[in-house]
Amino acid sequence: MKYLILIQSNPKSLAVWETLSDEQRYAFGKGHLELSAELAESGELIVSEGLVDPALGKMVSVRDGKVLTSDGPFAEVKEHLAGFYLVDVDSYERAVEIAAKAPDAAYGAVEVRPVLDMTAWDL
Amino acid sequence: MRTPFEDLLRDLAPQVLGALVRRYGGFDTCEDAVQEALLAAALQWPSEGVPDNPRAWLITVASRRRTELWRSDSARRKREETVAALAPPEPDPTPAVDDTLTLLLLCCHPSLTRVSQVALTLRAVGGLATAEIARALLVPESTVGQRISRAKQRVKADGAEFRLPPPEEFPDRVAAVLQVLYLIFNEGYTASSGTSLNRVDLTSEAIRLTRQLHERLPADGEVTGLLALMLLTDARRPARTLADGSLVPLAEQDRGTWDAAAIAEGVELVTDALATTAIGPYQLQAAIAAVHDEAARAEDTDWTQILGLYELLNATAPGPMVTLNRIVAHAMVHGPLPALAHLAAAEADPALAGHHRVHAVRAHLLDLAGDHEAAREHYLTAARTTLSLPERRYLEAKARG
Repeated sequence: MKYLILIQSNPKSLAVWETLSDEQRYAFGKGHLELSAELAESGELIVSEGLVDPALGKMVSVRDGKVLTSDGPFAEVKEHLAGFYLVDVDSYERAVEIAAKAPDAAYGAVEVRPVLDMTAWDL
Repeated sequence: MRTPFEDLLRDLAPQVLGALVRRYGGFDTCEDAVQEALLAAALQWPSEGVPDNPRAWLITVASRRRTELWRSDSARRKREETVAALAPPEPDPTPAVDDTLTLLLLCCHPSLTRVSQVALTLRAVGGLATAEIARALLVPESTVGQRISRAKQRVKADGAEFRLPPPEEFPDRVAAVLQVLYLIFNEGYTASSGTSLNRVDLTSEAIRLTRQLHERLPADGEVTGLLALMLLTDARRPARTLADGSLVPLAEQDRGTWDAAAIAEGVELVTDALATTAIGPYQLQAAIAAVHDEAARAEDTDWTQILGLYELLNATAPGPMVTLNRIVAHAMVHGPLPALAHLAAAEADPALAGHHRVHAVRAHLLDLAGDHEAAREHYLTAARTTLSLPERRYLEAKARG
């Protein structure tokens, strides 16, 4: 079963980040690298990435067949996606166990969402 | 489209691997060598023709490759081993009695995780390449490769040997193989047809492997039961989805398109198993599938018999889905109102509380009871909480009436 583990950045998590020492920040980054390596090694990782600042994002829309782009989400967006892990694991419990290992879980909360799959049982 | 070469190669894969492991030991290196021999054959045979003795050809090529792999591996270990250890042991004088069975049991070894058992079984016994397995399971090739190499390390570290387990372990080990084969079957069967392009057909692969297991253990009623269950379920596949990938429920399927030969074979297998062996959950599920398959029209379904089989299944192998299916069968025999009461009681089970299937079953029962407004609500709740896209579409359509 596939799960997406979402790491959100919000004013609260940013405030916590500001209080961390350099060492703690280093450990934080290292924690993510180690988790990725561990999941790759166990054969559970599909992909994991961190995202750049949302100010570098673009919003894309199509109107009357024309592609329109504008710069990044608006400033009032308080929470944005900072990174994610897509994993394929035996159970929901295992996905939660992995989410708990994300360094962010120790300071804020990490979200786990089951992936909608294309399979179905007989009805 | 699968070529005759592929069928031949897949049949030979476990035999060749068995011969190599028997002769040299070292499951992990032998498995790599066999993969490379299979690849060489897949490249050469179509243009140069199949050799007179394809099995011997593969064993020779794989043995050579294994020696090369083994040498480079030894070199890396700085030749710690003595020269004497480099000489391969004499070939096993006993004929390769049951290599495919031994391999299946090894690939489903209890020290491996479920996903690793699936990947290793498909590769070592099924003869599939890592890339094919990855496409079939819809995960990246690196993920599958890692699962396989980890599984092989695990087998090695555990000192699991290439021989049949002792009699006292045998039933549990076979049960683990059946679970893995059923998982592979469902992985293939439940995938919507729309995404099946370019995917190895895991359903056929699971049936093929279960058939091989059945040939080796013909007196095991649960092996027979699982083979029958797969055949009886897969027989409905042509009617199960529309061209756009949407699901057709059993009651609305065009039964004329069901595979009559598969049904006949499945019915014969399960009938024989029920009459001659100890009863078990796969046989019971196969028997239920057989009752459905034998009804020419949905309204001809013998629900009394199905209910009786679910009662038996509930007594031997209870589980949340058995509970729900039994309630549906109960409604078909005794009407929706008592079944709704059973459903309310069943919801006390934490495994079922809030489960989307409970909402779907309640909606179905309310529909049968004539309360379409309440049914609609529950169909929508079920649609919102299912993890499956085809199911969500189906439930939304039911809510629209």
